[in-house]
Amino acid sequence: MSTTTLTTPAARTTPAGRMTALARTELTLLGRAKGTLVTALIVPLILPFSVQATVKESTLEGTGVNVGELLLTAAVGFSLLFAVYSALVTTFVVRREELVFKRLRTGELRDQEILAGAALPAALIGLLQCVVVTVGATLLLDLGAPPAVYWAVLGVLLGLVIAVGLAAVTAGLSKTAESAQVMALPMVFVSMIGSGMTVPLEVFPDRLASVLELLPFSPVITLVRGGWTGTLSTGDALSALAVAVAWIVVAVFAVRRWFRWEPRR
Amino acid sequence: MNTTTEERVIDVTDLRRTYAGGFEAVRGISFHVGKGELFALLGTNGAGKTSTVELLEGLAKPAAGQVRVLGHDPYSERAAVRPRIGVMLQEGGFPSELTVSESVRMWAGCTSGARPVREALELVGLARRADVRVKMLSGGEKRRLDLAMALLGRPEVLFLDEPTTGLDAEGRVDTWELVRALRANGTTVLLTTHYLEEAEMLADRLAILHEGRIALTGTPGEVTATQPSRISFELPDGYFVGDLPPLGELGVTGHETDGQTVRLRTPELQRSATGLLLWAQEAGVELRRLDVRPASLEEAFLQIAREARDGKAAEEADAVRTKESVA
Repeated sequence: MSTTTLTTPAARTTPAGRMTALARTELTLLGRAKGTLVTALIVPLILPFSVQATVKESTLEGTGVNVGELLLTAAVGFSLLFAVYSALVTTFVVRREELVFKRLRTGELRDQEILAGAALPAALIGLLQCVVVTVGATLLLDLGAPPAVYWAVLGVLLGLVIAVGLAAVTAGLSKTAESAQVMALPMVFVSMIGSGMTVPLEVFPDRLASVLELLPFSPVITLVRGGWTGTLSTGDALSALAVAVAWIVVAVFAVRRWFRWEPRR
Repeated sequence: MNTTTEERVIDVTDLRRTYAGGFEAVRGISFHVGKGELFALLGTNGAGKTSTVELLEGLAKPAAGQVRVLGHDPYSERAAVRPRIGVMLQEGGFPSELTVSESVRMWAGCTSGARPVREALELVGLARRADVRVKMLSGGEKRRLDLAMALLGRPEVLFLDEPTTGLDAEGRVDTWELVRALRANGTTVLLTTHYLEEAEMLADRLAILHEGRIALTGTPGEVTATQPSRISFELPDGYFVGDLPPLGELGVTGHETDGQTVRLRTPELQRSATGLLLWAQEAGVELRRLDVRPASLEEAFLQIAREARDGKAAEEADAVRTKESVA
């Protein structure tokens, strides 16, 4: 079949190889987009301290949550929201509007490989931040070693998948790179307030709290916090897992249905 | 051209494409391209060229009809087709902050049997721009980068969507030479263009698309032969078409007038032109802006656009004719 060349039959690319090539490129680009980089790296590390400044011990009274734990969940939540979710909404929209996605789709990459490859650097940065803030909080805030660390790890991993999925959904709804950041705000605000990141859900009336528990990042925070307190019951953990998995399923469905690979004409 | 099914590298049957808003961009076209052939899709902007090529590339699913590329459905059997084809899109698709070589390296990581980056860039004359950011490239250089990526995997089938748009004359000639060399090595090429000379020089066969349908298809020679030659000139004030010798005797098969401008159509260019010029000499008439044109692909192309317009709205015809000086 080969026409002119003397090379041996060409080795086929693999999904892992293709995604690595794409992820490496995204990492290069991230290094060159200073604004996005600052938002992704600095905000999640600074913002938790503003939470510390505003939260008084008294508001947490009777909730069973201490400031250290709240700070930790806030830091993990902000990493997911800013370094992963918000950053990826912009990345996805810019790549689409630059016709990069269209070009990638002319090649051997499958659609899911394109999204996963493009998301990989942001997801890794988010993961790294979660590790850094966790270690930092453990050492600085005298939290001690987490008794049920597996819940926290599971929560962070699910949180990364949810953040990537929701970023793709949001990107599908955003027309331009400028509007992408605005489109990302509702999810950021709602999650900050309603998912237990800055305000423990125990503060809310029971009925409202049980609704807020269904928000996409609520199960993530529940699991992370449970990893530290060690008081998460298996039943609560499973219901949190169910909510998280449900959001992933919804996101995958929405992306397949509504994600656009090309700008609107 | 009699190609058997095995040799049909691209086979298109009654293909249709409808956009979300209901606009039907491709309205039932059929053609095939044999192994090693160079096939050109011609048409004005909006004729459906890109819409068609995107279906062949497997980027979108046809509303109806069938596409086969190398014997596979390029949309549903993407994995079987993609490693064997090369695609040059009409525009863009490079992150602007990457350098030229970074862009190619990324694509090489996603392409089976990719050439070395350096070789790909040398092929299109971009090697000395390897470390330049894509955003600093000229339009022509971006087209070359596009071409380098399309050629990266040594494809058996190459889709080129307006490969020379935005190139200067020299760049265009370079690209033509490259495409010819690839074809000589057995690559099957489908290209779209609105440069008629490009199709005339490169294509083994071509199809002229108009409003989503194939208006005319064949070898460049066959398509040209369907068209009359044209003569146009301006008569001095006081002269009218009726003052010319009887047009039928000159072999003229049709004429139009627009003020003092006269346009004649003829299948016998030499006879018509000789008769006209002899008359002008004897009558002492100066035919200003005299233009004698043999049948060409351009004529065929313009004729299709003209017929469509005339058919569309008779009352618009006069207004349109005055603007007819299309490049």
